[in-house]
Amino acid sequence: MISISHVCKRYLGGYEALHDVSLQVEPGEMVFVTGHSGAGKSTLLKLVAAIERPTSGSIVINGQNLAALGAGAIPYLRRNFGLIFQDHKLLFDRSVFENVALPLEIGGFARREIRRRVRAALDKVGLLGREKALPITLSGGEQQRLCIARAIVNRPAILLADEPTGNLDAAYAEEIVGMFKAFNQVGVTVVIATHDVSLIGRLGARSVHLDHGRIAVR
Amino acid sequence: MNWLLAHFDTLRESVARLVSQPLATLLNVAVFAIALSLPAGLYVGLDSLSRFSRQISSEPQVSVFMALGAGQDEVAAVGQRLRHHPDVGRVEFVPRQQALERLKRSAGLSDVLAELKDNPLPDAFVVTAQEPRAEVLERLRADVAGWPKVEHVQLDSDWARKLDAVLRVGELAVGVLGILLGVALVAVTFNTIRLQILTRRDEIEVSKLIGATNPFIRRPFLYHGMMQGLAGGLAAWLLLLIGVAVVNTGLADLATLYGTSLRIDGLSIRDGGLLLLLSAGLGWLGAWLSVSRHLWQIEPR
Repeated sequence: MISISHVCKRYLGGYEALHDVSLQVEPGEMVFVTGHSGAGKSTLLKLVAAIERPTSGSIVINGQNLAALGAGAIPYLRRNFGLIFQDHKLLFDRSVFENVALPLEIGGFARREIRRRVRAALDKVGLLGREKALPITLSGGEQQRLCIARAIVNRPAILLADEPTGNLDAAYAEEIVGMFKAFNQVGVTVVIATHDVSLIGRLGARSVHLDHGRIAVR
Repeated sequence: MNWLLAHFDTLRESVARLVSQPLATLLNVAVFAIALSLPAGLYVGLDSLSRFSRQISSEPQVSVFMALGAGQDEVAAVGQRLRHHPDVGRVEFVPRQQALERLKRSAGLSDVLAELKDNPLPDAFVVTAQEPRAEVLERLRADVAGWPKVEHVQLDSDWARKLDAVLRVGELAVGVLGILLGVALVAVTFNTIRLQILTRRDEIEVSKLIGATNPFIRRPFLYHGMMQGLAGGLAAWLLLLIGVAVVNTGLADLATLYGTSLRIDGLSIRDGGLLLLLSAGLGWLGAWLSVSRHLWQIEPR
């Protein structure tokens, strides 16, 4: 599903965020990418979502080599992903409903279908009652759940989450990880970048450790 | 169907956005209205004038003035030759006495003319040429001017033709002015849309991240620029209607003095439609340039 081979990413100024990283993720798999902040977890996810381009190496998603994709094809590639960003990237001038509806509007869905799917997504994350609220009035945990609703409303094949439990207390974090587990159980491929190793233990999911831009062998 | 609905929604949103910022919208529409109505107004003015001058210049009249010392038989000979000239259609003889009386009657100069001992006016023929073409008139004029005792031959339409030529230069100038103002309107829209983009940066960024195509992101801004241009075009048309009505009241007084009917016609429906199309197009172009520049800037490299 996701095949990363020998990927390097060097930024302007020479900082090397990733060095010769290779990683295979099978369809339906759940993978944690761990490491300290600055280890290159976010960069790895950005490369997979074609938000940034690798300096060298290749990334193949669903049999499509990202390097060969033209600028016009990238939007359609991104619609296969549900992205959960570290900084949420919610639109604060739009209601909860409108935030979740955005991917569907982009996808050109009919209004009725949009309403149905947004409700279903909000129901899954437990925000159904807050449709008309503005994101600013939500708690941190609720904002995170709103992000997840926006990521899954499109029924993506792959979920990419960057620090989804970032600044949540343990109980909230548990709940969020539980959600990801549920999505994974219905066949969604899930990649989660996190520094919080305590999350992983009970799930029995594979984890890959990044250390200063390299895959660390344990 | 969804596609059409999505466009309709965007159109509605862009109108709502324009209405929600009444002052900014009003100012932009005013800029459009002024910048468009100026060349359009000059255009309709010149167009009416040149139609008027063309109508006069197509009257194929030539006045032939005899020398003051010409005798009766010499005048009669010229009259005879004129009547047999192949380019001449109709000849009217105006004896000098009759010309003087006409002048006394028409221009209110009777006091001045009464002072004169002699009649200063020559015998004259008013000749209508066979054809209204300029080269025929010119040939006739050159020909007749060489005849004995003919003092002066004048094309009555000469001034009108000169005016026509001047008007053509004027039309060219209006064209250049129009192009310059068009560029200015594109620039104004570019800037308006740039401000719009700045307030909606997050939305653009997030939309791109979750799979929006560039056309999807451009769409609301293109509608915004287009609707603003269209409103400006309508305002320009309205301004022009008012302007033409005001000028025509003034012209009506002038025209009665000269015994002609001189009036400016407003824009025809076709030209008005073109004006709207053009203003909407200019708004669209300005918006397109603005969004495309922004999209190019945020493109990852």
